[in-house]
Amino acid sequence: MGGDMNLAIIEKEGLRLFVAEILRQKNTVVGVKDQSAVSSIPGDSGFYTYAPINSPEELTLSFDVTLIPPKKYLLPAYEQLLTFNLSPGSIKADVPKEELIVFGVHPYDIIAINQMDKVFSTVPQDNHYLERRKRTTIIGIDPVKVAPRAFWSSMGADTVASGFDLMLTDIGQCYVVDVGSKKGASLLKMAPRTREAAPAEVKERDKVRAGARKRCDANRLSFSYLELPSLLDGKEEHVIWEEKSHLCFSCGTCNLVCPTCYCFDVRDDVSIDLKKGSRYRTWDGCLLSDFAQVAGGGNFRGHRADRYRHRFYRKGQFIYRRFGDIACVGCGRCSAQCPSDIADPVAVFNRLKEGI
Amino acid sequence: MGSPSPYLPGLATIMKIEEQTAMEKLFMVRPNDGKPLGHKPGQFVEVSVFGVGECPISVSSAPNKKADFEICVRRAGNVTNALHNLKAGDVIGIRGPYGTHFPAEDLRGKDLLFVAGGLGIVPLRSFINYVLERRKDYGRIIVLFGARTPADRLFKAELASLARRPDLEYLETVDVGDASWKGNVGVITTLFPKFAIDPKKTYAVMVGPPVMYRFAIAAARAKGLADDHIIVSFERKMKCGLGKCGHCQMGPVYVCQEGPVFNFAAIKNLEEALS
Ligand SMILES: Cc1cc2nc3c(=O)[nH]c(=O)nc-3n(C[C@H](O)[C@H](O)[C@H](O)COP(=O)(O)OP(=O)(O)OC[C@H]3O[C@@H](n4cnc5c(N)ncnc54)[C@H](O)[C@@H]3O)c2cc1C
Ligand code: SF4
Ligand code: SF4
Ligand code: FES
Repeated sequence: MGGDMNLAIIEKEGLRLFVAEILRQKNTVVGVKDQSAVSSIPGDSGFYTYAPINSPEELTLSFDVTLIPPKKYLLPAYEQLLTFNLSPGSIKADVPKEELIVFGVHPYDIIAINQMDKVFSTVPQDNHYLERRKRTTIIGIDPVKVAPRAFWSSMGADTVASGFDLMLTDIGQCYVVDVGSKKGASLLKMAPRTREAAPAEVKERDKVRAGARKRCDANRLSFSYLELPSLLDGKEEHVIWEEKSHLCFSCGTCNLVCPTCYCFDVRDDVSIDLKKGSRYRTWDGCLLSDFAQVAGGGNFRGHRADRYRHRFYRKGQFIYRRFGDIACVGCGRCSAQCPSDIADPVAVFNRLKEGI
Repeated sequence: MGSPSPYLPGLATIMKIEEQTAMEKLFMVRPNDGKPLGHKPGQFVEVSVFGVGECPISVSSAPNKKADFEICVRRAGNVTNALHNLKAGDVIGIRGPYGTHFPAEDLRGKDLLFVAGGLGIVPLRSFINYVLERRKDYGRIIVLFGARTPADRLFKAELASLARRPDLEYLETVDVGDASWKGNVGVITTLFPKFAIDPKKTYAVMVGPPVMYRFAIAAARAKGLADDHIIVSFERKMKCGLGKCGHCQMGPVYVCQEGPVFNFAAIKNLEEALS
């Protein structure tokens, strides 16, 4: 946990040099890229994605939200787990060995990563995830821009105390840097001209955070997010599930873009010469119609409304009762990207709270 | 050092294959490392056919000191079809055992009512044989077995020898009979009026297809059994068996972790428990 003792300052130019130095030392860096130039939608205000960074100029730290969360680096959409010979049968585990620096992660996404850490370190531990996590350096950044559908301020996700190696806050002329780990501290040594933060700069950081929080409050849960588990008790038969899911395409976008969704499918691949094969996992989503479908066609969640409801219960209650976390961090990705605009947790939870 | 990956199966060799019906085969499997699985009745393993995939299958043999164990597999899709195409000597992968088991210890001294619908006999066979090896430790034993048709009956010779035992009551039925069938015809609940139980001493242990539970539980309740005297084993889609992939969820419950064996009282209020 980063106390004020650990707060440092990097000038803006210093940060550019810092990124350049990290790259020069042959580290693999991914970060946020502004993709507005790519957008073909007239008047589109742009969108942001995580992608490999090859020069400091490619990186943006002032973004509202990325299309896909950084989970794609910790739980890749396609991840090989095992390699084997089909006969006479030898098999080995593929445990990741690559080191990665993820530059620019908002607190709500770090909270989501902390939740995944808990899931995958629960016995039986998932070494594939844990190895990757261990080899990933996370450099956080506090948001200044707020996405229109974001509501992290009412999900307890405006700041985060752990899970990052460094956490930056843009206070105008420079960044305040919170050092969250030994790894972060040694990385920061690559940055030129760092100094200790002055009390006024620490205050400025609090002001920046409060400002963003206030802007985010424009879209919010109408009650404490900690009430969610009990709010959902006994709401299984509420009309909202049928009513809203009527418009659901079962496309799974809400799962795909969610930083706390981690369910996956496991499959085998065979090489073209039929000699070798691999077992891999891919993202799966509980909104997809075949998620709970078994051989022979039986489906334990065959109704759209049941799948739709399951996701909200998982976000607001199931994961909390299992791991102690509310599994929605208020990033607003599902709200913004659902083609029918029925995935927004704020809309659903506020309505359940109103009791209508 | 543990295994580098919880997904890494051990290699095992198919020692013997016995055709049970047109749809089901019994496989005797020996782990290549020669170590017994160490399973308890009701647990399952993830079976791999390399290059095809993996699926959860109950261990059908009772625990013993030997490494060999049995699985009985219905041909249902990719992996199970591939298993059916294998022959003795072929190598498969085995992970596990996984999941909860029948509470064999807690049920000592009790009367047991086994309710096996179709493939449900596969995991129950492990427990029934376990109990019969310790017959003195248990009270009265009633076994109900229901199959769709006479041709679908599994473990025919074994069940026939159960039926001959004086220390066990065996009743069976088929949903649809044929010319040769002289026994009971009707769903498994039609067997319930044929016996009486002491509900205080009796525990029902039931495994069958999803549709069976609602009716079999109602029939058990009608006999005076309290919900915590009803033990069930549920099937859900499974991909990892490790509580990670999310496929086996029944509401908040992960069937691969908290199940597949449940005390019915503990889960009866779950929205997704009964279909
Ligand atoms: C705890 C448990 C014990 C089981 N015990 C037995 C048994 O002893 N004998 C037997 O014949 N069958 C058993 N089954 C059912 C068996 O797992 C499925 O028939 C099998 O998974 C079908 O796989 P497939 O690849 O042939 O079919 P596909 O339709 O190709 O299925 C693809 C994958 O989906 C998953 N899946 C599909 N159907 C099921 C299902 N019904 N249950 C769980 N996962 C499924 C599996 O991961 C499977 O590999 C059991 C299921 C569970 C959950
Ligand atoms: S994104 Fe919207 S339409 Fe697609 S599965 Fe989710 S709720 Fe349904
Ligand atoms: S449920 Fe929606 S808003 Fe909540 S964390 Fe997931 S994507 Fe973000
Ligand atoms: S089978 Fe993957 S979580 Fe249970």
